[in-house]
Amino acid sequence: MTAPNGRGLLHLAAAVDQRAAHDAPAHVELARLAERGGFDFVTLDDAFTRPGLDALAVLARVAPATTRVGLVPTVTTTHTEPFRVQAAVATLDWVSGGRAGWCIDVSTTEGEARLFGRRHAAPADALWREAGQVADAAARLWDSREDGAAVRDTATGRSTGRSTGRPTGRSAGRGRPHRVDFRGDTFAVRGPSTAPRPPQGHPVRVVDATDRHARATAARYADVALVQGATPAQVGAVRAQLHAAALAHGRDPDELRVLAALTVDLGDGERAAERGHGGGGPRQTAQGPLYRGGPVDLAELIAAWHGTGAADGFHLTPVEPGRDLERLVNGTVALLQHRGLFRTFYPGSTLREHLGLARPANRYAVTGGTS
Amino acid sequence: MTVPTPARPAPGGQPAPRPMHLAVHVPAADDPVVRADLRTGLPAGLPADFASYARLARTAERGLFDFLLLSEELRLREDGGSGHGADAAGRPEPVTALNALAAVTGRLGLAASVGTRFIEPYELARGFATLDHLSGGRAAWHVAHAADPLAGENFRDDVSPDRSGPSAAPFARTAEFVAAAREVWDSWTPDGVSRPFAHRGRYFDIAGESTVARSPQGHPVVIRSLDATVDTAPDAAQDTAEDREFAAAVADVVLVPHRTPAAGRVLHADVKGRLAGYGRDHDDLKVLSRATFVLGDTIAEARERAAGAADPWSFVGTPESVAAGMDDFVRSGAADGFLLAPHPGPGGLDEFVDRVVPLLQERGAFRTRYTGATLRARLGLPHPVWKG
Repeated sequence: MTAPNGRGLLHLAAAVDQRAAHDAPAHVELARLAERGGFDFVTLDDAFTRPGLDALAVLARVAPATTRVGLVPTVTTTHTEPFRVQAAVATLDWVSGGRAGWCIDVSTTEGEARLFGRRHAAPADALWREAGQVADAAARLWDSREDGAAVRDTATGRSTGRSTGRPTGRSAGRGRPHRVDFRGDTFAVRGPSTAPRPPQGHPVRVVDATDRHARATAARYADVALVQGATPAQVGAVRAQLHAAALAHGRDPDELRVLAALTVDLGDGERAAERGHGGGGPRQTAQGPLYRGGPVDLAELIAAWHGTGAADGFHLTPVEPGRDLERLVNGTVALLQHRGLFRTFYPGSTLREHLGLARPANRYAVTGGTS
Repeated sequence: MTVPTPARPAPGGQPAPRPMHLAVHVPAADDPVVRADLRTGLPAGLPADFASYARLARTAERGLFDFLLLSEELRLREDGGSGHGADAAGRPEPVTALNALAAVTGRLGLAASVGTRFIEPYELARGFATLDHLSGGRAAWHVAHAADPLAGENFRDDVSPDRSGPSAAPFARTAEFVAAAREVWDSWTPDGVSRPFAHRGRYFDIAGESTVARSPQGHPVVIRSLDATVDTAPDAAQDTAEDREFAAAVADVVLVPHRTPAAGRVLHADVKGRLAGYGRDHDDLKVLSRATFVLGDTIAEARERAAGAADPWSFVGTPESVAAGMDDFVRSGAADGFLLAPHPGPGGLDEFVDRVVPLLQERGAFRTRYTGATLRARLGLPHPVWKG
């Protein structure tokens, strides 16, 4: 399926944060709603000082209650152990059958540092440099186990891998764990990982590239970058910058999806978008660009921006998820589907497949020969 | 289902003891059971897909088990031949896996082994409080023994500075860690008001506000082991008086190596006898014996199936004789129940649940339905007193 304007199909993600919700059903309900709308993935923000539950844990709880939607928690790298972080993300991928992502973030405040009592708050550029090294080490640890290693059914002796396009199967003699011997500025890991090989190989790494300190890490390691901008030109400029930097790191820029980040307030129902919204674009606020209006005008805005080629899609943060997500799914998404701009079903089963991202080759695996 | 018959009067006219508690330990590659399998050429460990874990959890819940225990692994152990151990498929990060298992179960307790060496109290407390919320009060933390020293190669250098001298008590740091975690859990009042916490001790100096409201159990159930083999450290020291003292001070559940009934009674009485020193009652702590079993249609068949194991099996026999043996063990005061390490293949726990659990129920030795709102209630443990 090709979009009428010749560009790739839109990618849509939604933030489903409900900070006060401490029970599983509230979170499951919103994720299922996003899945009904065909969203590529949902995000759950997190910080050690943010009210609410641990985000990765919530999405692990959501995973068995959903089947297709990608699950992307924020996991910070400043006060956590890289080895544990990669194991937790790999496990989220494992429980969700290849639907995990990881929104990488740093902890810049002294309040977060005091909860750990280990390090003082540090400048953002140093923390993002460390975050990049954690992202690098994580990918190496995910590769430290090979596909299909000992994934077997003890009753039948057959592979238990499902036919979802993922390499599986028995591989006697292969699948030996590899040491990674990664040495960063602030940590070192020897490996191999103790967690199972993630079904996606590498779970999808997401970086909010709004903060300029985060951009180098986004360009080098992210599969998806989120970019705030009040106009397509602003988003497109950052996208071009990220693509150029990715190229400089030896990456194919086509491996990096750039989503325009937009806060949406659909509280006014079907009323026309406020002045300054709709075709004119969102309003710039202290929290970033804000769209306030109806779901139909939002679809117009998304289609218009996508038509300019400024972004590969949108990451939408509803101001009231419980109210706005339903309007997004039943209004905005339905209209975009009607226009052939957005999927009407999930052709793939993994988040990488939703995003059209290839499954990376294992850097340690010897292919086609003996080791 | 068979209608349960009333409990038999206990020998000697004593009142019938409380029903036993049952838990299952998800087998790891280095379990004695699995090592035995390696010799017979059978696959080791649980198949490393989530569906197998979900099936085991559902089986445990069908059998009305109190909880399931998952261990963490911080370093792949190496062996002489293949470079790394038999657990080649890997083990999921336990707390994440338990959050997912919470979605496929409704009453089963969910316990994770996490050591205190390579994690900080706030992060651990937040993780288990989250699990307790998402599972509706079913979380348990097995405070694992000191990790394999070589696991440090996978962790930051600046983690948890040890400011203790050689004079420090054996569990001083772990004890302070647990205390600090409890302070985080207690930082929200039972009425749902968040208050700042501050802990300044020999090992930890932390302060702030917890982002997670007080969880359904108040504090997740805390488990401690006197049996190093359920932990990540195969070379951990043998059970000592300090181990027992520490367990009596902090734990809600203590896992002990399986022994003869006579030796079990001595150990059980020793651990329970230490509770009073901490202002705790006899029933505030449950002792579970870490047991293995082999079933057969006849005693001879069971013995044949059990042959060749390096370590002796705890219970070998027909479902009837195993049920009787377990019942007698608990009735005689040797333990409050069992942590079972079933044969790792699919069906290992199914066989126990289908054939032994009904017999335990007929004997009045095991529950016939889940009661109580939380794991803590099902274990007959008191609700923790809030110390704001």
